[in-house]
Amino acid sequence: MTGAPLIEVEDLRIDLDDGSRRVAAVEGISFRIDRGETFGLVGESGCGKSITALALIGLLRQPLSIGGGAIRFEGREIQQLSAGRQRELRGNRIAMIFQEPMTALNPVSPVGRQIAEMFVLHKGKSWREANQLAVEALASVRVPAPERRVKDYPHQLSGGMRQRVMIAIALACGPDLLIADEPTTALDVTVQAEIIELMRNLCAERGTAILMISHDLGLVANVCRRVAVMYAGRIVEERGSADIFRAPSHPYTQGLVASLPRLGSRAALGRTRLKEIAGVVPAITNFPHGCRFNPRCAHATDICRTTVPGTDVLEAGGLVRCHHHA
Amino acid sequence: MKLRANLIIGGALFALAILVGLLAPWLAHTDPVMDANLLNAEEPPSWTWWFGTDDQGRDIYSRVVYGARVSLTVGIVSQLINSVIGVALGLSAGYWGGWWDDVVNGLTNVMLAIPSLIFALAIMAVLGPGLTSLLIALGLTNWSFTCRIARASALSLRSQGYVQAATVLGYGDLRIMTTQLLPNMLGPIVVIGTLGMGSAVLSEAALSFLGLGVRPPFPSWGSMLSDARDQITTAPWLSVFPGLAIFLTVLGLNLLGDGLRDILDPQSRSRRT
Ligand SMILES: Nc1ncnc2c1ncn2[C@@H]1O[C@H](COP(=O)(O)OP(=O)(O)OP(=O)(O)O)[C@@H](O)[C@H]1O
Ligand code: SF4
Ligand SMILES: [Mg+2]
Repeated sequence: MTGAPLIEVEDLRIDLDDGSRRVAAVEGISFRIDRGETFGLVGESGCGKSITALALIGLLRQPLSIGGGAIRFEGREIQQLSAGRQRELRGNRIAMIFQEPMTALNPVSPVGRQIAEMFVLHKGKSWREANQLAVEALASVRVPAPERRVKDYPHQLSGGMRQRVMIAIALACGPDLLIADEPTTALDVTVQAEIIELMRNLCAERGTAILMISHDLGLVANVCRRVAVMYAGRIVEERGSADIFRAPSHPYTQGLVASLPRLGSRAALGRTRLKEIAGVVPAITNFPHGCRFNPRCAHATDICRTTVPGTDVLEAGGLVRCHHHA
Repeated sequence: MKLRANLIIGGALFALAILVGLLAPWLAHTDPVMDANLLNAEEPPSWTWWFGTDDQGRDIYSRVVYGARVSLTVGIVSQLINSVIGVALGLSAGYWGGWWDDVVNGLTNVMLAIPSLIFALAIMAVLGPGLTSLLIALGLTNWSFTCRIARASALSLRSQGYVQAATVLGYGDLRIMTTQLLPNMLGPIVVIGTLGMGSAVLSEAALSFLGLGVRPPFPSWGSMLSDARDQITTAPWLSVFPGLAIFLTVLGLNLLGDGLRDILDPQSRSRRT
């Protein structure tokens, strides 16, 4: 094994071609995830989390395309690989769980077959072996009576069970990285906690790294060791999970943290309104000059409106992109 | 689940036609070709000759029974060819899009613009009469509806979560098309196929009537009608019974198609569950 990180994103830009011109949907994205590490990507809807994930697995399609930078998996640049090699990575070395667990399973195929297909596709197993492995995979995600459940169709399972099946499919081939894009938004809170716990435990057991994507900073910080906060197509702060709550550095992150209900606080009990960040997220074609957060930022000065802030390394560890960071 | 009358009646008629065709050697009273006997030519229907006899004294009942073989073979096989062509073209066009979609679309429009029977006639004229030519001519000219439906389904299914999930899991295009798209569009394809079989049976009759079908003396319902043309006033049973056989088979297939549409239609299916 080489010293290279599992995955390394360097100065990634993703272009959106709206027919007449190209705009950068995300730019200057850099981060790395080591083997077995847990890394979170947090940001408001539309800030570019999902398309960043799609870029990692080589699945950006028109009108989106990689406009610059590099993505390296075990030191090899993904864009340099042939389409076939990229496909071999997907589902096998890098797996992904989806935003909508309800529709991510084929309605006319028994769930066992959908799990087994992964072994046939990526591991060259016979269907007989694959079906046996599918039962084991279902058992590993704690689905009761897996020998019977493999014959069930998705509509016969609850939302939580379906998401367990999705996890079983994603982890079937023992991937090195699991990308979980809002894996639990469609589930109710107790089921959500169970699923997250299951995913975290399974990945920890097998040494699978997690890239978790969500708009929910609390959820991500709970699962991941490090968190990157995105705003309008850029990473504005990257910190250890504990640090980001204790001492958020970027004004946007400070706003996010302030808007989280704290256990036992008046807001959590519903007595006061949470502090929200005023203003709206700018549209992709209409990003402000300089720091993109400047129209909503209380600390904004002239330089914020003209110059894009560079990335500063914090003494306490971590990175931040702000002219006047704490 | 409530089974609908059209499904039962249609299914029964179609099953009956298939059984008759399969069991022809046991059901027929005489050999449909060899047992000619001018002594009992043009007998009207009776206890001995259920459907009467023709001008060569051949038993019409036996010929109708054997005729089911040709009509159903042509109906089923040519429609299968059509379905395979239509699904392969439509599914891939809808999934891949781009220039391939344009090509398939153009081809489909051409096929829709030319009446398929005329097209089949042209092919028959080139290939000459016979069962194989019939299968080719009818199998290559009636796939445009299947193609349209397959393409439209592929277009809408393409954006479904499970199709995208399959891409993310490393499925290749062929695997996505066969495991994710095809099974989810099978309902309408089967319905169109059933209705198409009915029209293929009719087309076979029409082509055989024009003398382009199966070579006499082997019976097909269409060629029997054709032979009976001159005696329609003197010996009407010669045309009535093969005509009835065509009518009932096509009616059965149409009812079956309607019935299948009722139970396979995604909207009525979601209403049930
Ligand atoms: N296929 C596409 N065509 C055009 N624009 C797109 C496409 N996919 C994404 N975008 C745009 O790219 C930006 C980033 O989208 P992305 O899906 O990555 O957001 P996200 O951070 O995942 O948001 P959410 O939390 O809602 O999932 C959005 O402004 C979106 O409108
Ligand atoms: S760079 Fe300026 S506008 Fe942007 S977050 Fe920092 S202080 Fe606010
Ligand atoms: Mg998203």
